Amino acid sequence: MKADPLGVLTGAHYLDGDFAAGEGAMAAGCRFVAGYPITPSTEVVERMSRRFPMMGGTFIQMEDEMASMAAVIGAAFTGTKSMTVTSGPGFSLMMENLGLAVMMETPCVLVNVQRGGPSTGLPTMTGQSDMMQARWGSHGDYEIIAMSPKSPQESFDLMIDAFNLSEIYRVPVLFMMDECVGHMTEKVIIPEPDEIDIVPRKLTDKKPGEFWPYEVNNGELVPEFARAGDGYRFHTTGLTHDYRGYPDMTVEGQWKLVTRLMDKINKNVDDIIRFEEEETDGADVVVLSYGITSRVARLAIEKAREKGVKVGVIRLIVVWPFPEKQIREMAKKIKGFVVPEINMGQVVLEVERCAAGNCTTTSVPHPGGGVHDPETIVEAIVGAAK
Amino acid sequence: MSRKEIRITGFGGQGVVLCGHIIGHAYSIDAGHEATMIQSFGPEARGSACSTSLVLDESEVLYPYLQDLHILLAMSQDGYEQSKDLLNAKGVVVHESDLVVPDLKKGQKGYGIPSTRIAEEIGRVIVQNIVMLGFFAAVTLLVTKELWESAVMDSVPAGTEELNMKAFQAGWDHFEENYGDGTPKKETVETAF
Repeated sequence: MKADPLGVLTGAHYLDGDFAAGEGAMAAGCRFVAGYPITPSTEVVERMSRRFPMMGGTFIQMEDEMASMAAVIGAAFTGTKSMTVTSGPGFSLMMENLGLAVMMETPCVLVNVQRGGPSTGLPTMTGQSDMMQARWGSHGDYEIIAMSPKSPQESFDLMIDAFNLSEIYRVPVLFMMDECVGHMTEKVIIPEPDEIDIVPRKLTDKKPGEFWPYEVNNGELVPEFARAGDGYRFHTTGLTHDYRGYPDMTVEGQWKLVTRLMDKINKNVDDIIRFEEEETDGADVVVLSYGITSRVARLAIEKAREKGVKVGVIRLIVVWPFPEKQIREMAKKIKGFVVPEINMGQVVLEVERCAAGNCTTTSVPHPGGGVHDPETIVEAIVGAAK
Repeated sequence: MSRKEIRITGFGGQGVVLCGHIIGHAYSIDAGHEATMIQSFGPEARGSACSTSLVLDESEVLYPYLQDLHILLAMSQDGYEQSKDLLNAKGVVVHESDLVVPDLKKGQKGYGIPSTRIAEEIGRVIVQNIVMLGFFAAVTLLVTKELWESAVMDSVPAGTEELNMKAFQAGWDHFEENYGDGTPKKETVETAF
């Protein structure tokens, strides 16, 4: 289906990344946001709370981030596309209910405009140090989707993708921005509503009495949905549950549920991963980065190419799930990966794991508060080419 | 060189950010290039020095922060003092001449306008930043006058368009009357890039 015109501000705008993410969410059909506003993500909810009355949306400023995430889960089960918005300290508080959202198979989006950490860290300054928390932050075994935009334009475009993926796989999608992109103002082109593809909630056509909330048809991995209030009997829980949504705390039940929760992502990795690849054929060094760092890295790549180094580029758009297969293959053909990120080395660990000793992996760390000096990336590229 | 760097400074409440917003709007949306604006985020809500920076380029701006400042637009002395050392040796200072006394290094150029006084004469001191913008537009000629005007119209609150256009024109005229000979000259700032 196409986007609801009420939520689409078609035209050319000069917007910061936070505003653009908010516009993307509204264009994607998001009509409920619960949050506890925090720098540098505040402008997302500022924008949405101002525009929501024009499209029948609801913003609730909650008492804290735990409640925010809980409210988002509740709203999602009424069939409303729902989102919360936070930064590092709030992201930590949301981890418990993020697990609940995974367990209950809740389509929703969680925006984290990353700042420097740990703890309250650097409220107004950039970071990318929550990337492993996005992967592993809640307890238990699960798979999740996390994406990272590089610009205000991509904050808009990718947000629509984020909502669509959350609907297809009934999984929370983590929208991992960084302060630099969030507070950076650039040209953002918002298309016409009929140019925006929207994935609606997969509602069941079974009758009440025939429907079970977690029943999957043969070969399928994602259950159909019944909205709260539509007259279906409905039970759901954070406990390990069976197809009826009732607790089934057995080893067999655990095998069945956890396997399916992981399979629905793992078996669809090829449809979920998104990355840009450039000049990797014949490259000696491949620079892998994401978010704002991918732009700074591009400057370093151009300088390294001037020095005669054959450099390829991988820009991750979806970071989790990771393009494991592609990185494994590439590692056999190049001398080394260089991974700059605004943290002390997180996604680089995944690159190193997938490279499996077939090539070198060089981390270019930065503790946060700013972006890399491109020269440090140039040095790493030149070093990896030797 | 296609990359151009601009910093706008002043005190909170002078409209520093809106001024930057319109420059970025004009250069990217109206003229079809790229413009990345980064605001300073600090405790400068009202009265103390605040700033915003823009990087302009023909293609995607890769490094969003300042590396080599070409043009400094200063609306307060404090703001000027905080940023003057960033300005390159051939840089240009555009300043509020009643509020800022620039100490230009050899090779740097300065263009001043009493924009607050002019805005008072127009009737609303709040449009000081748009008077300054009109002057900046004439000094820099980064885009054509028509595109500047279109960016102002798109960026100011509804109902204030006429007042703001008057302010913009007053700033533009001040440059023509004091520095121009009736024909805009692009070379005023070109040496800075």
